[in-house]
Formats: sequence, C-alpha cells, structure tokens
Amino acid sequence: MKAVARAHPLWLAYILHRLSGIGLALFLPAHFYVLSLALTDAARLDAFLRFSDLALVKLAEFGLVFLLAVHFFGGLRLMALEFLPWSAQQKTWAAAALAGSFMISTLFLMRAI
Amino acid sequence: MPEISSISVKVARGGPEGAQRMQQFTVPAYESQTVLDVVTWIQQNTDPTLTYRFACRVGMCGSCAMMVNGVPRWTCRTHVDKVLKNGAMEIAPLRNLPVIKDLVADMDPFFDKWVAAEAKHHPSRTRDDPIPAIDPDAPERLVASAGIECINCSVCYAACDTVAGNPDYLGPAALQRAWTLVNDAKDSARDAILDAVSGKGGCHSCHSMGSCTAYCPNELDPMSAIAGLKRETAKRYFRGRAK
Repeated sequence: MKAVARAHPLWLAYILHRLSGIGLALFLPAHFYVLSLALTDAARLDAFLRFSDLALVKLAEFGLVFLLAVHFFGGLRLMALEFLPWSAQQKTWAAAALAGSFMISTLFLMRAI
Repeated sequence: MPEISSISVKVARGGPEGAQRMQQFTVPAYESQTVLDVVTWIQQNTDPTLTYRFACRVGMCGSCAMMVNGVPRWTCRTHVDKVLKNGAMEIAPLRNLPVIKDLVADMDPFFDKWVAAEAKHHPSRTRDDPIPAIDPDAPERLVASAGIECINCSVCYAACDTVAGNPDYLGPAALQRAWTLVNDAKDSARDAILDAVSGKGGCHSCHSMGSCTAYCPNELDPMSAIAGLKRETAKRYFRGRAK
C-alpha cells in the first residue's frame, strides 16, 4: 500500500525539529567530553583543536550550528504557536525559522574559514 | 458520457482477519469522474462483493472518506484526473481506524473519542427558559463559528501521525469540537471540557504537524483549535497554581 503523503511544510518543520533535536542530543556528550579534556588532558585537547581547524571539520561544525539554530528557532515557533494568540502565518514562521537558521550557520561558516 | 480510456486501480480488499491485500481493477475513464464513481463502477460491473461506504455523494455527509494514493480524501469530491498518477491510483480504507471490510473503516474509536473529549453540548438552560441572544460577531463566537462546519468525516484523524503513534490521543476532530464548545456561550461545562482535553492523550499530545489542517476537505483549521486548547488549559493551570 502507498505510504501516507506527508510532505507539506508544517510536517517537514516538525520532522526537522525532531531530527535536529536527536542530532544535538547525540552531539552534546561528545561536546562535554571535549570540554572536559581542558581539565583532564590539555595535550589531547590541543591536538583536537588543531584537528578542528581542518576545512572538513569546519563544514561539519556548520552542520552543527545549523542544527542548533533550526532547533532553537523551531522551538520558539512552537512556543509562539501554543502560547501566543493564534497567527495564520504558521508556514511563513516555519520558513522564517529555517531561513534564519541557515543565515546564522552560514555566517558562522564564513567567519570560520 | 464519452469513454476516454481506462484507469488502472488498486483497491484494498479484506476484512479485520489477516492483512489487507491490493486487488487490481481496470475501470473505464469518464470525464468529471470521481473516485467514488470508480469504486461504484467496480462494485456494479466487476465485483459485487466490494464493500465501501457512501451516502450523499456531494460532500455533505462525510461517510465516503478513503485513502487515495496515500492521502485521506472525500472520494465523492475528488476528481480522478486530479489524483491519477501515470493512469493509475490506489484506494484504501481510512488510516488509523480498524477495518471492517475492504474500504470500510470502523468509525467507533473516532466517535468514542468525541465523547471522551466532552465534545458534546452541555445545556446551560432548560426548554422553559427564554433563548439567550447570541451576538454573531462577538470574538468568542467567531472562534467557535470557525470550527462548527466539521462533518465528522475523519479525514483529519486519518491524516494525523500523532493518532497513528498514540492510541490514546483524542484526535483533531474531537479536540476542535471541544474548542468550539469552550468558546460557545450556550455551553455550560467549560471546566469539564478543559479537564477532558488536558489529560493523557489530550491536546498537549499534539505535535503541531498540521496534517489535519493541510488535508481537511472543509478547509477548517483543527491545528489552531488545538493550539487554542493548549493555551486555555495552560492558562487555567497557572491561574490555579497562583491562587
């Protein structure tokens, strides 16, 4: 049987919010581990920071900043949707959250390289 | 009407016992043909055992909704040429409901949830009292009026992934009906409704995917109604805490 049709803007905004949340949850332990190296093993931290200067790592960081920004703005959109007076412009807000996130993460990438 | 060509249709067959299987039919194509016309043609010309449900044929009764190419639709108001993909289409019973047979879904869970959501009228007066005047332009009345054209077709219920993943979730239609009553000056049970929709499976289970609003054939907006219930129940909760 055919899969259920879902590809409308707000469903895509929903799934992007969920996936970015999972991505960030997976990233956070690694993030805290690297931060902890500052206390436990400064030499390894320095080695890691040199590794993070590679262009490929910068690109991956762009992805992380995008995930964070899209989750942040998507979350703000959901809270506005649920707690502020109703706005009929939900699709516009979803698109704005995506555009804002892309802008922030691209600015980050341009500063990084 | 002149016969143009033919349509290749896959129709879900079978009852609650065992999985449904898809059966292929070839149906002559006509101008302005609806999906309901196709199903009716199959039953009248090829297989009289094909079971489906319909009544008014004009989009008023809400009984002929089915999944057409994975989209929940009123089959009576869906023109074949709008949904045909490479001369073919697939018709299945509404999602998220038990199947009785072939294309007929059991609507009981859908209606049981309307009752569970207190989405029924709670009279504020008796027949002996005068009828209160209602201002049709009052802000609350406008909110209520926006949702009252629902005809219980269950398209939103079939479209909703939260319903698919959470058997307790009351669903967009029941919650929208509850929201119209919360805003109805003639309803006396505002607190009972807000209690019913704020528990397990209530409005706060909604993930705001918006499929209900995207697919409602009456162009209603259950997502905004559910957001309204979230707002009111949250407001009531914090006010209760502040006392």
